[in-house]
Amino acid sequence: MVTKSARLSKSVTERSTSPNLFKATLAIAWKDLTAEYRSRELFSAMLVFSLLVILIFNFALELDIKTRQSVTSGVIWVTFAFAGTLGLNRSMAVEKDRGCLDGLLLAPVDRAAIYFGKVISNLAFMLIVEIVVLPVYSFLYSINLFNPGLLAVILLGSIGYIAVGTLLASMAVQTRTRDVLLPILLFPVAIPVLIAAVKASGGFLNGDEFSMILPWINLLIVYDIIFVAIAFMVFDYVVEE
Amino acid sequence: MQPKSTTLKILDIVSVLLLAVSTYLALIYAPEEATMGQVQRVFYFHIATAWVGMLGFLAAAVAGIVYLRAQNPKWDIVEVAAVEISLVFFFITIVLGSIWARPVWNTWWTWDPRLTTAAITELIYIAYFMLREGIEDPDRRARFGAVYTLVGSLSVPITFFSIRLFRTIHPVVIGSADPSATGTFDMTGGMQVAFFFALFAFTVIFIDLFWNRIRMGNLAAKVEQLKLKVMH
Repeated sequence: MVTKSARLSKSVTERSTSPNLFKATLAIAWKDLTAEYRSRELFSAMLVFSLLVILIFNFALELDIKTRQSVTSGVIWVTFAFAGTLGLNRSMAVEKDRGCLDGLLLAPVDRAAIYFGKVISNLAFMLIVEIVVLPVYSFLYSINLFNPGLLAVILLGSIGYIAVGTLLASMAVQTRTRDVLLPILLFPVAIPVLIAAVKASGGFLNGDEFSMILPWINLLIVYDIIFVAIAFMVFDYVVEE
Repeated sequence: MQPKSTTLKILDIVSVLLLAVSTYLALIYAPEEATMGQVQRVFYFHIATAWVGMLGFLAAAVAGIVYLRAQNPKWDIVEVAAVEISLVFFFITIVLGSIWARPVWNTWWTWDPRLTTAAITELIYIAYFMLREGIEDPDRRARFGAVYTLVGSLSVPITFFSIRLFRTIHPVVIGSADPSATGTFDMTGGMQVAFFFALFAFTVIFIDLFWNRIRMGNLAAKVEQLKLKVMH
């Protein structure tokens, strides 16, 4: 347990190192991306998993031309959400398993740098998977998904999902039930992101007027801001020993 | 072991009496509603349990924030007590609502904003207990619990507003009503008495249960300490 004076002195040292926050964040993100570039474990798992989910949906929903129009946004978001939990779990479990998390915590950087570094690397994995899945989906179901509005929604939705997911994944890896727990913690809390993202994506795919899609985009932005801010504030308590 | 304080004993008895009077007012005293008939009587307890359920979740969020600031285990006990009671009351609200919805909406369940939000709130707080279950270190368990209640209490209102963007059929009896809602009615004098009394009664019952549960939490913490003492 950290005493009040220790906490105070810690916050003072944090302040003195804060100019390095940006650099430290990038260093942590870079470490993750390099490790992933060399092993390609996570990326291949998430990608194959996403393709399998799409394949299963094809049979489960009988994706004929009529249904495709209405369910595409739902199918791609369920795929991204599932693949996302896979990535979030793995990226935190790797740190925990080999004691790397303790090393990271010992580093003389602000804890926020660890959080933001992890968010950036997790977001990068999720976006890379999305960049591959979207053209494959377009190709398999001959629906054009290359709509700038849709891509913006996917970016906003992924940010919100990863922001809260990274926080909850760092809690989940420290429990006995580990990987099983993350989706249970994350899905009910991430519902607003999924609703808004599905609705906004559906709007762009159906060619709705922008004024009808705008409330959903606003909601996504609000959610992103609130959850990045709150995760930034409480992350310290989650990794504290 | 500390005996129960006299105030708490009196509050226990008062709660039981209030529940009895409130039941009488809701089931017999209040006039029968013209279109929905007897099933409308579910409404009094439905709103009252929903109200204390929300009160509890709010109390849990506040206790969580205070815990993170002060790191005092007693706030963790308060938080668990609030979540546990609210989980049960919210479940009662959902069950009562379903009983009412079957004849009035002709379905047990619809994906209306309030219903969906209530269901998701239940799931969040069930997840909360699963999270706590998986952690042995009491200090960490309390910290993670507080963080998760905080995240949950922010997410629930956003969920409500996001589903609200679709149209709702849930009636709003108090305040401005949506004309498309099914099952709206105006409260007459007798109904108002039953309604406000139920709100009051359940608030007292909530305080009583909350107090008892906090006391139980404190006793459990003490038992845990004694166990450790014996083992070493």
